[in-house]
Amino acid sequence: MTDESPLVDIQGITVTFPGVKALQDVDFRLFPGEVHALLGENGAGKSTLIKALTGVHTPDAGEIRLAGVPVSFHSPAQAQDAGIATVYQEVNLCTNLSVAENILLGREPRRFGSIDGRAMRARAAELLSRIGLHIDPGSALSSHPIAVQQLVAIARAVAVDARVLILDEPTSSLDAGEVAELFRIMRVLREDGVAILFVSHFLDQVYEIADRLTVLRNGAVVGEHATTAVSRLELVRAMIGRDLSVLDEVEQRSERRVPSETPLLQAENLGRTGAIAPFDLELRSGEVVGVAGLLGSGRTELARLLFGADHADSGRVLLDGRPVRLRTPRQAIAKRIAFTSEDRKGEGLVADLTVRDNLVLAMQAARGWHRQVPRRTADELVEKYVHTLDIRPANPDAVVATLSGGNQQKVLLARWLVTQPRLLILDEPTRGIDVGAKAQIQKVVADLAAEGMAVLFISAELEEVMRVSDRVIVLRDRRKIGELPGESSVDDVLALIAGEAEKVHT
Amino acid sequence: MKRLLWPLLALVALLLLNLIFTPSFFSLRLQDGHLFGSLVDILRNGAPTLLIALGMTLVIATRGIDLSVGAVVAIAGAVACTYIADGGNAIVAMLLALALCLVLGLWNGFLVSVLGIQPIIATLVLMTAGRGVAMLITEGQIITVNDDTFGEVSGGYVVLPIAILISLVVLAAVALVTRRTALGMLIEAVGVNPEASRLAGVRSRTIIWTVYVFSALCAGVAGLMIASNVHAADANNAGLWIEMDAILAVVIGGTSLAGGRYSLTGTLIGAMVIQTLTTTVYTIGVPPETSLVFKAAVVIVVCLLQAPRLTGALRRPAGPASPPVAAVPQEAGVR
Repeated sequence: MTDESPLVDIQGITVTFPGVKALQDVDFRLFPGEVHALLGENGAGKSTLIKALTGVHTPDAGEIRLAGVPVSFHSPAQAQDAGIATVYQEVNLCTNLSVAENILLGREPRRFGSIDGRAMRARAAELLSRIGLHIDPGSALSSHPIAVQQLVAIARAVAVDARVLILDEPTSSLDAGEVAELFRIMRVLREDGVAILFVSHFLDQVYEIADRLTVLRNGAVVGEHATTAVSRLELVRAMIGRDLSVLDEVEQRSERRVPSETPLLQAENLGRTGAIAPFDLELRSGEVVGVAGLLGSGRTELARLLFGADHADSGRVLLDGRPVRLRTPRQAIAKRIAFTSEDRKGEGLVADLTVRDNLVLAMQAARGWHRQVPRRTADELVEKYVHTLDIRPANPDAVVATLSGGNQQKVLLARWLVTQPRLLILDEPTRGIDVGAKAQIQKVVADLAAEGMAVLFISAELEEVMRVSDRVIVLRDRRKIGELPGESSVDDVLALIAGEAEKVHT
Repeated sequence: MKRLLWPLLALVALLLLNLIFTPSFFSLRLQDGHLFGSLVDILRNGAPTLLIALGMTLVIATRGIDLSVGAVVAIAGAVACTYIADGGNAIVAMLLALALCLVLGLWNGFLVSVLGIQPIIATLVLMTAGRGVAMLITEGQIITVNDDTFGEVSGGYVVLPIAILISLVVLAAVALVTRRTALGMLIEAVGVNPEASRLAGVRSRTIIWTVYVFSALCAGVAGLMIASNVHAADANNAGLWIEMDAILAVVIGGTSLAGGRYSLTGTLIGAMVIQTLTTTVYTIGVPPETSLVFKAAVVIVVCLLQAPRLTGALRRPAGPASPPVAAVPQEAGVR
């Protein structure tokens, strides 16, 4: 933090899409050598601001100055040439190429007109060591986990000698250790005088890394603060414009719930080689069971077995005490089990169809193609869930791809609620969505359990799992290592995971 | 309906071009209760392409493609003509041909939906092997037949030529079955996101299998029309390159090869554009050696006019590419 002049100075920019003002008269300053967090709910205009800065969108009004010089970019390539590098939430590198090729794509060192492979690997190794990442530059990018790929994307940004580095939700698919690694690299770059714009939904991370922050709401700036000068509560209030009283409600509700005596579903020795070791599990009606564990601990694999999305190769499942076959999702759905995937885009929504079509898809599939859900029934269902889940825009004919992440998640949830399941499996239902939508989804989960539904709730955020659940299953290294009551703390879960880890190593 | 604008304009432009060269082009006359005229000819000659394009539309909507339709055309003609030439009943002959086409469709669908082979490869198998099968059936000869019942398929009239009526009835039936039930929506869902559809409980496999069977049946009927038209089965040339015409018709009609939203009205217009183009080549006297180039030029123009990037650039000169959301089709055709 210095008293230098800002490296990026955005003044009064407005971006309009057909029918919406995505950004309205927004000012934004970014200084060299700072990490600046950009906060706001989904749809607040964070992405639009980034896209205006990187030349994807052209502002309708206002001015962008880079190091004091007014600039106007018409493509991301122009912005990159001016020293603005962007790393997106979804890694957009070529996984089939090597690490070195990815870092130097388009700027390969040449010798006699052809690419000099040796020089390229040497240069890549140098860049990787600058950010302290020790991997073989000649290895295929696809052989590394997503977290490393993300760091390679940052190395690529460093390679162009970026003065401004934009990180758009870089941490949403990273585990704690990987986040620490990312932050270490961000600090190195900050020391070098790079201005870093950091977008994240995780407030803890913002407080850990950011020097200053800017909050957006409904396309307008509601505050620019030094991170130390603002409390979390103030921040949340600024982002959503109201208090988070719903969260307290979630807590209270879990105390009122009375799980049934007999289990709805029992898994006995259920497992799949390479996915998850055989486990036992009981789920009761009127109960939320959480699944906790680090990334790659087998959370999703467990859920997919219960839904028949993957075949189990050991054990059996009993429903109401009777063994059932769960070999395909259709069989599971027929037993009124529902599952929302963590991969909303890839395995959840049908992007090009409307909200209405997406909402009735599971119900329609269960009825068969020849018995179309009557238009009136569909419209009633859409209206009901658009209202109860607060889906925006409230237009049943809107194409789902145009909705924000939180609203897409609600549509996905509604698709299954329409089928009135007895067991609802939610895999990361709150990933990448804003605080307000997150609280709403948690509240819906609590309500459903109180009405007698069994819910299996999976989340990477331990605080969230503990808050929502009556009972928590803890996984580690694709193995169930224990169960904890809902009153346990996050530390208890971590101790269980760590304790088990020690046992393995000694 | 906005995305049908350009193909529709192309069709109108082609028809007007014909009118300039042949002032009587739009005239229709009723003779002995039969309607005659250039427009009727276009519809009649375009009937096989339209039929095949209808089947192709549903296949493409599921992200697939069916290259084997031309070969299926040849097989259908070969079976029917050989059976009739051996003294068989024409109706039985046609049913036999269609039954075989059903089996061929099952084969394609099996390769794609059960074995998971890429559609372009899976149907390439039958595309190449199919003509060999047709040759086997006709023993390498061109089988000519002279059966009145069989001739009716292309030559018969009920005010309009029967071929037109068959293709329009199939169009109406497909529109009704896919849009009055949930089949259309489920086909689109499978095409846009197969895995999400499977997890939502959609019978993706059955749906994909069905569209290939339907496509082969359409090709079979088209094959009977083509064979009936020339009173002969020609294993080498019947339906040659018709798969390309059908795919073009679908694409011109605005259905994306990436799968998903499809438009049957668009396919109808696309098939008519293709057929009018062929007719135009003859009426305005394009030299035969350049006719394919002429055809290609028109197709390229129509496709370019539909490209989101180009239409975006036309609307906002020098502006940046429109956000990807704008490329999402807003409406489906026959609802």
